[in-house]
Amino acid sequence: MAGLELLSDEGFRLDGRRPSELRKIRLRLGVFDQADGSAYIEQGNTKALATVYGPHEVLGGKGKPLHDKVIINCQYSMATFSTNERKNRPQGDRKSTEMSLHLQRTFEATIQTHLYPRSQIDIFVQILQADGGNYCACVNAATLAIINAGIPMKDYVCACSSGYVNNTPLTDVSYLEESQGGPVVTVAMLPKSEQIALFKMDNRLHVDHLEQVLEVASKGCKDMYAVMNAAVKEHVSRMAKSMECS
Amino acid sequence: MLTSRSFVKKTRKGGVMKVVREHYLRDDIWCGSAACTKCPIDKPVLEKEPVPEVENTLCSYPHYLLLDTNVVLHQVDILEDKAIKNVILLQTVQKEVKHRSLPSYKRIRDLIANETKRFYVFTNEHHRDTYIEIEPKESPNDFNDRAIRKSLAWYDEHFKDTPIKIVLLTNDIDNREKARNEGRVAYTVNEYVKAMEGRPELMDRLAQIETKERERKANDSDITAPGGRNVLYPEHLSSYEINAGIKQGRYKKGTFKASRENFREGYVSVQGMEKMVFIKGLANQNRAVQGDIVAVEMFAESQWTAPSTVIAEDKGSKEDVLDEDTDNSHIGPKKGAVPTCRIVGIIQRNWRPFCGVIMPAAVKGGTKHLFMAAERLIPKIRIETQQYETLAGNRIIVSIDSWPRDSRYPLGHFVRNLGAIGDKDTENEVLLLEHDVPHLPFSEAVLSFLPKLPWTITKEDETVREDLRHVDICSVDPPGCTDIDDALHYKPLENGNAEVGVHIADVSHFIKPGNALDTEACSRGTTVYLVDRRIDMVPDLLSSNLCSLRGGVERFAFSTLWEMTPEAEIVNVRFTKSIIKSRAAYTYEQAQNKIDDKSQNDALAIGLRGLLKMAKILKQKRTDNGALTLASSEIRFSMDSETHDPIEVERKVMRETNSMVEEFMLLANVSVAQRIRQEFPQSACLRRHPVPPLSNFEPIIKVALTRGFELQVDSGKALADSLDKANIPSIPFFNQLLRMMTTRCMTQALYFSSGMLPEDEYLHFGLASPIYTHFTSPIRRYSDVIVHRMLAVAISADACFPELLDKAKIQEICDNLNYRHRMAQYAGRASVDLHTQVGMYSSLPV
Ligand SMILES: [Zn+2]
Repeated sequence: MAGLELLSDEGFRLDGRRPSELRKIRLRLGVFDQADGSAYIEQGNTKALATVYGPHEVLGGKGKPLHDKVIINCQYSMATFSTNERKNRPQGDRKSTEMSLHLQRTFEATIQTHLYPRSQIDIFVQILQADGGNYCACVNAATLAIINAGIPMKDYVCACSSGYVNNTPLTDVSYLEESQGGPVVTVAMLPKSEQIALFKMDNRLHVDHLEQVLEVASKGCKDMYAVMNAAVKEHVSRMAKSMECS
Repeated sequence: MLTSRSFVKKTRKGGVMKVVREHYLRDDIWCGSAACTKCPIDKPVLEKEPVPEVENTLCSYPHYLLLDTNVVLHQVDILEDKAIKNVILLQTVQKEVKHRSLPSYKRIRDLIANETKRFYVFTNEHHRDTYIEIEPKESPNDFNDRAIRKSLAWYDEHFKDTPIKIVLLTNDIDNREKARNEGRVAYTVNEYVKAMEGRPELMDRLAQIETKERERKANDSDITAPGGRNVLYPEHLSSYEINAGIKQGRYKKGTFKASRENFREGYVSVQGMEKMVFIKGLANQNRAVQGDIVAVEMFAESQWTAPSTVIAEDKGSKEDVLDEDTDNSHIGPKKGAVPTCRIVGIIQRNWRPFCGVIMPAAVKGGTKHLFMAAERLIPKIRIETQQYETLAGNRIIVSIDSWPRDSRYPLGHFVRNLGAIGDKDTENEVLLLEHDVPHLPFSEAVLSFLPKLPWTITKEDETVREDLRHVDICSVDPPGCTDIDDALHYKPLENGNAEVGVHIADVSHFIKPGNALDTEACSRGTTVYLVDRRIDMVPDLLSSNLCSLRGGVERFAFSTLWEMTPEAEIVNVRFTKSIIKSRAAYTYEQAQNKIDDKSQNDALAIGLRGLLKMAKILKQKRTDNGALTLASSEIRFSMDSETHDPIEVERKVMRETNSMVEEFMLLANVSVAQRIRQEFPQSACLRRHPVPPLSNFEPIIKVALTRGFELQVDSGKALADSLDKANIPSIPFFNQLLRMMTTRCMTQALYFSSGMLPEDEYLHFGLASPIYTHFTSPIRRYSDVIVHRMLAVAISADACFPELLDKAKIQEICDNLNYRHRMAQYAGRASVDLHTQVGMYSSLPV
């Protein structure tokens, strides 16, 4: 019954990472011109695309405009080709509704909502390829897209997951590691103030280990932040240069 | 912060569905040597100046050994010798070994863990410079060999400025030649060991496989010896052909089981088929050994054949002929023919070291001998040894190395001498080894976790435990029992109900999770009872003293207390950690006498009578539910206390009091099972007894029919009822015999972790209980220790710890316990067999 050995005795994970290492990150800001803000991120083989529209007038009959803050509307979806098996994924199934809600909560907590009363911001995130840590990739992509759209936030929101195997916490778990049924903790954090915007746990984890796992996840968030911040700075300087030229 | 730049990313594709996985290559994997100046290593494994224990005439320079897969697979006996040190083990090799042979893998892991051996694991597949990709049309074997040579080259290059050389050890001449052509140092194990000064006896332990790579197939066994001798067996298919064949349905996968009656016959239990498939003839068995996982090809129905009615034992007369009668060619199905097949390949060998005896050489003074394993189902093994004189008349251990096509018997090598045949200690040793029972004395580390004597109950203990010392508790056990883990009480209540208590030794109080004592107990899994010896799961101080609920002494217990109506309905149940003082430790007989003796009316006598009455009602209820009462044919030996020789053989007598105790243990187990399942829905340690497949019952249905009884086997209840009806007044033993046979038809009961199975599979068929566990014998079963810990958490008497919540971990423990229990059972039976024989011999008039 022995499952996969997620962590070898030599201290390497199945894909060759050490326990505390993130997967390879690649990201780009401003991938679409039509949207107000957009970003694309790859964390290992998990690929996510985020687009942001707004702030704009409240459209449709769904929600009433709020007089003191902006409405944040999040929609999460998975591309039909994002997993091994091609699957039609109807909008609004339970899982994506839940994800959308999580995202909404996360960003309501970080966007300076009081700056845009009576208006609405739409955030669309799509997973193009899923290989574990979908939520994290979405949050990170959305953060970049919001920055790209120029919407003020209290801080970046960075997300990272961590698991626990053989008394060792693992950072940024891949699908293979997730699917072994061990505990997975997902944290979305404001890296400067170390405030936690969202905390999610799958499967049971002993409370003695929680601190350790949380520690590792927040370390992952900060690493994530460093990468994202560098990318944003580079993007801005490139924009500045192109503006000078024109 | 981590840079993602230091990795180069590759993807791996494969399978029917496209799977893409990341594979990171690193530049921070070190060589592991203290002699290296390039790598920043804090804890080097390989020595700076590797001086071998024994001078080697081939490699007289300082060197590290790099091992090929086949060496690790087949030559662990040599590797375990202290002469072999400073070894580099590649990740590729380790992976392949794990895949091919778990026992070898475990042994090599032990070697790696042993610091004095200095085995270093080099993670070559994630190293930037040693990672290679499989080439088109390259076989996995060639690929692995190439990966090994790539790492060899890297190490060579890495150490080129030092006096240290890297030596490749392989069994594979082809790989040796290729390595040499690339300018490396490579030897076969034979060459290397031969060149060891002053250790000629190591040669005996060398596995007999010096092979030519190109002929290496499934398990290194398809080799024609040089000189092209007579080929006896058909070729094995390669694993590639087997997999393809299984996918297409041409072949089937199953486990080979040799016939007990006739060595030329065997069966294969094929996955997904109810009945075992028959195999006739050694050529069709094609070198399968008991327990091997094999691929078989079914014969067309016209070629089916019937098991022979002759009992045949392998006398080994003609070595160059396999099957003398070629009645495979008969036309048309025979009478009584059953589905028949032949073995086309071996998927996984089940070889392990075997105990047995050496037979004289065919030529006097020769070095080639046959070895006969104690396990009859194992074929004879050919070994070579110089020390026949010392080994003759002794029990020895031999490992199988290979089974070439031109050899009538498998080839093996001598591992260890156990002692003289007939010597009781030697025979017990054989028995324990054969059943993989850990039986070494407890180590210092284990003993260090025992409580210090004199042990006393402290004030603190009294505050956290319920004081039940005033309750009239007693224990009822077989005579001579020193590890008493359960005691009972019965107390009438004023409302007409009664309080019934089952008190179990609180072993988990003394064994804290995770320490050496706990790890050892977990690995042993159970106490093993041989006729003249008991191999304890926990040290004697606990098993026979501090945990044993002996009469008249104060002990810690884990108590289950019920309030029950006179109809034995449970009003409520409560669990508590307690302090008890058992009033008396009765034997079954003493308890029975106390119940029957109307003149005794003390609290204990009343209690026992109350318990017996309740037990009868409980038993009736269970039987009505369809629980089975199965007879067991256990026999007991009365032992001479001085010589430990058995004096008398008797059959176990079942008294009412036996089943009384049993009934309450069942009740406690069920109550506890419900409680821990509530608290640990994913990881409760439970016990299930799967419903046996109908086909299991066929033999017994036939037997019953001969006497005109029809057995209903479609449900437990029907079976129990029809067993009750099958009585022949003139043959009182008939019913018991039927029940004994039914026991044999049953499937094994198993421990499992509750999160691993859907709830409807929790069923315990034999007891007709939807949920069950083991709680009542923590001194001699580790499962009960876990259950105690879970229950303690459930009632907040103890803190939870992470392993209890990890369903995979619990399942892993359960798997080991299932294995140990099965082995312990077999060992116990074998011990009875052994002593029955000895007893018969010694009582025969000479
Ligand atoms: Zn080095």
